[in-house]
Amino acid sequence: MDLIGFTIAQAHEGLKNKKFSSKELALAYLDKIKKLDKDINSFLSVTENLALFQAEEADRKIKEGRISKLTGIPGAIKDAIMVEGERCTAASKILENYVAPYDAAVIEKLKKEGVVILGKTNMDEFAMGSSTENSGFKITKNPVDLKRVPGGSSGGSAAAVAADMAMYSLGSDTGGSVRLPASFCGIVGLKPTYGAVSRYGLIPFGSSLDQIGPMAKTVEDCRLVFEAISGRDEKDATSADYKFTESHAGLRGLKIGVPKEYFVKGIDKDVEKIIRNAIKTAQDQGAKIIEISLPSVEFALACYYIIAPAEASANLARFDGIKYGLSEPGKDLLDVYFKTRGKGFGAEVKRRIMIGTYTLSSGYYDAYYKKAQAVRQFIKQDFAKAFEKVDLIFCPVSPVPAIKIGEKTADPLSMYLMDIYTVSVNLAGLPAISVPVGKTGNLPVGLQIIGDYFHENKILDAASALENA
Amino acid sequence: MILADEVRHIAKLARLDLSEAELKKMQKDLSKILDYFNLLKNVPLAGQNPINNTKAPRGTNLREDEAKLKRVGLAEKLIAAAPDKKDDCIKVKNIL
Repeated sequence: MDLIGFTIAQAHEGLKNKKFSSKELALAYLDKIKKLDKDINSFLSVTENLALFQAEEADRKIKEGRISKLTGIPGAIKDAIMVEGERCTAASKILENYVAPYDAAVIEKLKKEGVVILGKTNMDEFAMGSSTENSGFKITKNPVDLKRVPGGSSGGSAAAVAADMAMYSLGSDTGGSVRLPASFCGIVGLKPTYGAVSRYGLIPFGSSLDQIGPMAKTVEDCRLVFEAISGRDEKDATSADYKFTESHAGLRGLKIGVPKEYFVKGIDKDVEKIIRNAIKTAQDQGAKIIEISLPSVEFALACYYIIAPAEASANLARFDGIKYGLSEPGKDLLDVYFKTRGKGFGAEVKRRIMIGTYTLSSGYYDAYYKKAQAVRQFIKQDFAKAFEKVDLIFCPVSPVPAIKIGEKTADPLSMYLMDIYTVSVNLAGLPAISVPVGKTGNLPVGLQIIGDYFHENKILDAASALENA
Repeated sequence: MILADEVRHIAKLARLDLSEAELKKMQKDLSKILDYFNLLKNVPLAGQNPINNTKAPRGTNLREDEAKLKRVGLAEKLIAAAPDKKDDCIKVKNIL
């Protein structure tokens, strides 16, 4: 019996009705990884021992009748999220041999459900990138076209799911890093409201922007994982008292905003056609389409690329060769810092630390960082005004489909511009999903659905209606 | 174009060793990126408060300032991760 390719709900039924065991399911996926991942490079480490141990535990639970929706279900975890006892590198040479001393809060929650963790996935180093090409270790290929990138920074997580090497995965999204790879690989990826999911145990990049998000083949699978990982965590003071409740309102009568500024220069013609088609499909199902204006999108990218690197420069100060990770010998303490960080960090990480340090430095703080924070409020207000008129916003995830490997690596700014539709969502702290709605050639295109704070249920409901259209 | 000396100064603040080649590329990249930031001059701000006051519901999420007992063995794992240690202390080079 081929055990690869079930949805979580289907696998759950199979396990419950003893059609197959969790161990058989885990072995099938581990075998698939062994055969396929040398071509895709999704995984930085395959946690075979852990997976089999967890699968046996899950089978014990199932035998005792204590099965829950995610018991025995195999998934993959972005290598920025700590899984105790396993390597956690954030795809950086500076953490090449670092072993996580504790579980992230989301991992604790998933372990309580009895999940099976297959491995840690590749990413852009410290989540800085849009293509996974900034990984310190390897380049992940897009399973749809091996000459193209899977998107980033959660490229390994997206590719693993798209290539059926995991039933779901966890990514993290600071400026689009769950939504963009989901769009490029043709899967579903949800970025929760800031505060909906605990960041404890996520190696931080931009602490006011980061959120861990589920990635899966279907909206329903994403919903199941989101339900398990969301909620208040006393170890993350920014996490909210949030209890997810399903919504089945459907598209009829739903007011959908389409921001006119998201369809101007630079967008690929086929991407635009596919997105507008999805909007039309929603309209045909009874949704009301309302053109809205989000003038702040023009400034969102600059705002993000000031705030995120500024926060990153502070968050990455901890990598100094003293407490963990790479430590280069030096003549004195300062020398250890310079040499360790000089050797351990990749080019993009250094670039962003430099941008952050510059914009926070004396003489420049007001003109850049303080200005960007004011612009951030402007962006939040823009969305707040929009959500007075509409329930959800529909727009593209990215102006282009999956780019070729190496296509934008020479020009950092051109790479940053791929985030133009996703960063404003993180700046505002809103939830958003990427759901596949079409293809240009064989390249998938995702529709971005943005909702108001803690309206993940509305987003998932609308996305579900469109994925089946 | 940001000056090479400015780039060196920022690298020093950031505790980053950059080779001459890296410094040259950094100068080029930073200049382009900082130029892009100039478009923020055109933002129609109407006295927006830069302080972050998100609309998202938030209670007083601070816990009591009391030491909580962690799992046995966690402290040992944390010390074990340090590149240089002695007994249950992390070793650093002289500061003074």
